[in-house]
Amino acid sequence: MKFTWFNLMPWPHLPDNFREEHRSVWVDIPTSLYDPVRGHELYNVYLDELEYAESLGYDGIGVNEHHANAYGLMPSPNIMAAALARRTSQSALVVLGNSIALYNPPIRVAEEFAMLDVISGGRLVAGFPVGTSMDTNFCYGQIPGLTREKYAEAHELIRRAWKEDKPFAFNGRYTKLRYANCWPKPIQNPPPIFIPGGGSLETYDFCIENDYVYCYLSYSGYKRAKQLMDGYWQRVQDAGKDMSPYRAGFAQTIVVAESDAEAERDYRQHIDYFYNRCLHVYPGFADAPGYRTIKTLKANVTSQMTRAAVGDVSSMSWDQLVNQGYVIAGSPDTVVEKMKEMITGLRVGNIFCLIHVGDMPKDKCMRSTKLFAEEVMPRLRNMWPEHATDDRFWIHPVTHAARDAAPSIAGA
Amino acid sequence: MTVQMLKLNAAPGIEYDIQVQQAGSGPDLLYLHGAGGLLKDDPFLAALSRHFRVSAPLLPGYGTSSGDTHLRDMLDFTLLAYDIWDALKLHRPLVVGHSMGGMIAAEMAAIAPDRIDRLALLCPAGLWLDDHPVTDLFTAMPYELPALLLHDPQRHGALLSAGGDFDDPEYLTGFMVENSRRLTTAGKLLFPVPDRGLANRLYRVKARTEVLWGNSDRLIPPIYANEFTRLLPNATARMFDAAGHMLPYEQTDAVVAALLNLHN
Repeated sequence: MKFTWFNLMPWPHLPDNFREEHRSVWVDIPTSLYDPVRGHELYNVYLDELEYAESLGYDGIGVNEHHANAYGLMPSPNIMAAALARRTSQSALVVLGNSIALYNPPIRVAEEFAMLDVISGGRLVAGFPVGTSMDTNFCYGQIPGLTREKYAEAHELIRRAWKEDKPFAFNGRYTKLRYANCWPKPIQNPPPIFIPGGGSLETYDFCIENDYVYCYLSYSGYKRAKQLMDGYWQRVQDAGKDMSPYRAGFAQTIVVAESDAEAERDYRQHIDYFYNRCLHVYPGFADAPGYRTIKTLKANVTSQMTRAAVGDVSSMSWDQLVNQGYVIAGSPDTVVEKMKEMITGLRVGNIFCLIHVGDMPKDKCMRSTKLFAEEVMPRLRNMWPEHATDDRFWIHPVTHAARDAAPSIAGA
Repeated sequence: MTVQMLKLNAAPGIEYDIQVQQAGSGPDLLYLHGAGGLLKDDPFLAALSRHFRVSAPLLPGYGTSSGDTHLRDMLDFTLLAYDIWDALKLHRPLVVGHSMGGMIAAEMAAIAPDRIDRLALLCPAGLWLDDHPVTDLFTAMPYELPALLLHDPQRHGALLSAGGDFDDPEYLTGFMVENSRRLTTAGKLLFPVPDRGLANRLYRVKARTEVLWGNSDRLIPPIYANEFTRLLPNATARMFDAAGHMLPYEQTDAVVAALLNLHN
């Protein structure tokens, strides 16, 4: 199993009446709710927590990209990953990821990911999300009906830029480069590539064809993810690929305490803040027409455009969130048991652990992070013994021998 | 009303199947629909067909028309409209466009000014004024559409949903799929800001142009009528009371009368 400690970096100071006063936490939330002086401390606390996770032996530490989003304060995940690259030495840097259709020209992603991989000594996991409709269409103005085509072209350019060892002309529809020439090159070529997906059939197939890791980054927990992940595995099987659980990843909110009662007592308010305040997204932003393909729309009959569907999440109690699996919470024993159910149920080898939640303060976050690392992770390590040697989907850092063999400019 | 499928072969590998509704006899009229498409048993087309030979093509993504992946930018839409005109062998038609269709019609007249003598733009899209932003159609919830598009949602609300109920999940799912198809196409011209440079090209239009607007238009504010007439060399604005963005459906007789007047 591979465990990545993930921080969404939420703004923890949204007012109590936020939902009454504002229609959305994302896209059109006013910046008057943000305070850069408090933000200074916050970014540094969040980076401390990520570094702390590495020190406890998490396989990866994770960052992601959102725009105009008060629960995700990383418009540039690469800046965060760069800060972490210098302060860590073991964990994978899981950048999940760069929305490649948004970078102009997209060779910028090839360059910056190569920089991160080189600085970190080959520890980059490169995520290529299409991006949510909120980020990609509404905040960054991409035309919904052309986003996937633009994404596909950007992907082709990036992969080719890493592969070629000479400049080449790239005549795309959206990007034209007379001299496409990616300096530097990544150490891992290519790095493991992770693709966040939300149930679109096209994304299943894209991952399967390229041997990319399909990542379901939901906040609604493992029980509700079953159908979607079953759909993915069916597709993997139909394509005749091996069924390695490392082909898949899942994000799960997790909080650990000494006992179930203590977990509720200590974490309940932060879970409430995240689920009932941070996830308040105006449904009109959720799905710009054309962002999803018609094939996918027809397959997903549940409509996100009813007020009821969104209201469902935004008024959930601790008991509902825990019982329905949105949150895995409790003592190490409880968490181990539920994690096993999740890992086998979804057949996932990569877990993105959402352990910092909402407005959780640093001390609580560190305690939960430590308990998970010391009391839970060791008991889950060997969930897939028959795939124990499958290293195709994880980082391959430069070895000490290779590093020592390279001529140094540092002097003797 | 007759319905035909027109197969258009554009460049190699680019094919469009275009559903065209035709009705009436008399002088040719080419009608280009708005982002919502044509309505069921379209009452405006029916009224026009009493005076004109109306040809109303459905753009790819609408009805049974296909080929939308080949449409990407303003020029693609504009040339497709001319290809349809040519395939139908229309004779000096009165060109009428509503909303997004008005944007396409204006672009056609700017690109090939000698082909169009008479042009009618009904609440057209295509311009942008920072002080008077066009409402964001792409974030509107289905149940918000009647109030956004109509002067009198009580009276005309059923027009938009063809009698369906936006609170009924089953109806809503079907509507969402169709609406998504339609707005996928429309988004290529209208998302995120409905401006593809038309303001820089309207000076080329030679057609005698009528700009018709509903005074209660809450999608594209009526002040845009002034901007169109300012930029078009030979245009007059006509404003209609008791009409929103769905002007041709709320003031059908008055709009038809204005078009007859323009034709004559």
